[in-house]
Amino acid sequence: MIAVLELFLRLAAWLLLAPLLPGIINRVKSWVAGRRGPPVLQLYYDLARLWRKGIVLSTAVSPAHIAGPALAWVALVGAALLLPVGQAGATLSFRGDALLFVYLLAFARFCLALAALDTGSAFAGMGVAREVSYAVLAEAAIITALLTLCVQSNSVSLVTMLAPSAGAGAALLAAGLFGVLLAENCRVPFDDPNTHLELTMIHEAMVLDHSGPPLAAILHGAALKLLLFAVLLTEAVLPLGKLSLLPALAALAGSVLLVAVIAGLVESLMARLAFRRVPLLLTTAFVLCVFALLVAWKGGMP
Amino acid sequence: MNPPREFYLCGNGASVPWAEVPAWPAEEFVAATAAELARGGRLCAWFGVPEADGTCLVAVIAFDAENTLAVGRSLPAVNSYPSLTPGHPQAHLFEREVWEQHGLVPDGHPWLKPVRRQGGGHPAAGEFFRVAGGEIHEVSVGPVHAGIIEPGHFRFQCNGEEVLHLEIALGYQHRGVETALAGGPHRATLSQLETVAGDTTIGHATAYATIMESLAGEEAPLRAQWLRALALELERLANHTGDLGALAGDVAFLPTAAACGKIRGDFLNLTALICGNRFGRGLVRPGGCRHDLETARAGALLGRLRAALADVNQAAEWLWAANSVRARFELTGTVASVQAAELGLVGVAARASGLVRDVRFDHPAGWHRFAPVPVAVWPDGDVLARARVRSLEIQRSGKFLEDQLGTPPDGEIFTAARPPAGDTLAVALVEGWRGEICHVAITDAAGRFRRYKITDPSFHNWPGLALAMRGQAISDFPICNKSFNLSYCGFDL
Repeated sequence: MIAVLELFLRLAAWLLLAPLLPGIINRVKSWVAGRRGPPVLQLYYDLARLWRKGIVLSTAVSPAHIAGPALAWVALVGAALLLPVGQAGATLSFRGDALLFVYLLAFARFCLALAALDTGSAFAGMGVAREVSYAVLAEAAIITALLTLCVQSNSVSLVTMLAPSAGAGAALLAAGLFGVLLAENCRVPFDDPNTHLELTMIHEAMVLDHSGPPLAAILHGAALKLLLFAVLLTEAVLPLGKLSLLPALAALAGSVLLVAVIAGLVESLMARLAFRRVPLLLTTAFVLCVFALLVAWKGGMP
Repeated sequence: MNPPREFYLCGNGASVPWAEVPAWPAEEFVAATAAELARGGRLCAWFGVPEADGTCLVAVIAFDAENTLAVGRSLPAVNSYPSLTPGHPQAHLFEREVWEQHGLVPDGHPWLKPVRRQGGGHPAAGEFFRVAGGEIHEVSVGPVHAGIIEPGHFRFQCNGEEVLHLEIALGYQHRGVETALAGGPHRATLSQLETVAGDTTIGHATAYATIMESLAGEEAPLRAQWLRALALELERLANHTGDLGALAGDVAFLPTAAACGKIRGDFLNLTALICGNRFGRGLVRPGGCRHDLETARAGALLGRLRAALADVNQAAEWLWAANSVRARFELTGTVASVQAAELGLVGVAARASGLVRDVRFDHPAGWHRFAPVPVAVWPDGDVLARARVRSLEIQRSGKFLEDQLGTPPDGEIFTAARPPAGDTLAVALVEGWRGEICHVAITDAAGRFRRYKITDPSFHNWPGLALAMRGQAISDFPICNKSFNLSYCGFDL
């Protein structure tokens, strides 16, 4: 009974808190620009509005167009539940769940890409081509980051891997993972979540043809993914597993907020990159993670 | 009748009896025009005038270094004439337009298709240049865009992210302005000209007023010329500021984007301070201006102008200081100066490719004869150069306004115009904020417009945008487009 209650609590926390992060980032941006900006809760209103709307479907699409966003959302929720929270551990934990985590993220991307390609639109095709090309590099970085944690904790279970601090390589890992966070969540300098220019879009071009509840699922899934990466980054760097529940939760909340603020500042103060330079920056994130791996692997040796 | 030796030479804002405009048989006229272009002339306008027994071609050619305009025409031609375009690409769109309007075929034109309509259908219904190959894909954008902008259709031939060719199909906003103007001037004429391109109200209204004054054989009072020059620079300031902000917005550089949107409003409000309308509607009229700027309001305007100028210079500094912005702007959408000259680009786009072209300097009329403005030139031809030229012009327009507000001429702002002369051709050039605006009017015996030809700077510059995209990443199209910021309705007429 308690286990079921706990599951619901965790699920509710993930689902309800996620749309807050884009709101915070937008608030930081509007603060820097001297604007009043949209309400912090704007995404909640948007989701409620989209949920009540009907779905407009192209005559060319197959059921995959609807199924894609739904499956992607479920995969992201599943990935979120694999992440531990302090000493309370994860809802689901087993040996090798780190691999499942990576695959769930990849599966979510696959579903969205499939749903986008299903429309046959030139914009969606361009968006998917860009998304998956950059994902190749972003995934290399995230796998290396997880490998670092594996080596350090001698485990392939997220609960054990994320409990201690990343140690000497923590700063490298944090920088690498922050780069991946920006790329995976289509933030500046990789993508511009606010653009209306179809030709420059990555993620946005993939979801142009969605409407109503499926679009709500995509937007909520994107917010969830942002929270998930912020939590992963925090837990990889800070030894939350060594703290008792309340201090761990407080540290987690504070750090996630900090990540959102930094993302907002990056977005406020720099232009986005030309596409041909995106691989350079992603490779930098990957190399940072590789060095973190080297530090974890060889760092303890005399 | 022996063919004339040379074109009629005149200055900006001149008029000449139609009978005295040198006329050649069409073939010789094309050859004579080609010779003028070959010796450094620039085609400002090339259009048809329907006559009883065919269509007269009229050419207005500018010799910038000599501050001279050359006007000539052909004898009425039917069916076809040898094309000017193969030797002089700047005639490309003009000849297509003549064919569309009058059915006169330019023989040997390399890409003859209508400029605004496609066989009665919508503009994108026509044939497009296609690149063949299994790796090539075609991307079509518009006419409905994701932002609140004007409609236009863009057809890209791409190899992956690289654009091999871009063709632009416009005409969705064709309102029949030139047809509506024929038979004028009538009560709606001024309003129609103020809305040829709504963001260039002062530019087009000034050109029209100059035409009317030239046909009447008199000038507007000096104080009215002074007011027009002030309003023209305020229009330039507002639009250049908006463009810098939009460029920053397209690369997601927040500080300048957010600031410029606000400062543009400040400049628009200065125009409103003069005449009560942010776009300057109702300020300029043939014979003078409709609103004066008293000393007290001129003082208030100067104070607010200085504050807005300081703000916009600061916002531009942020833009130049950001490495991430420079990385996006540099070497993007480059138009070499040779290409710019061959295409006959004008305005900001030409000056950013190193061409020294500015009507205020080369063909001064009105107040600019007494208060010259230095030409702002940047050599590189890329997006950065076009942004830099805008920023330079903001500084120089600001300086011009500060100087001129301090030394107002006294006198009336309006004199009732005499009726326009009959059977006369008048030509007026104005350097609007986008570039050279060319108006040519030909009156009938009663002094009504037989033909009123408008050439918006966008008509010269759209091919420049298409050329700038060659070999570029398709994702850079928005910033290239924004760096030109051309008018759709000014082209579509």
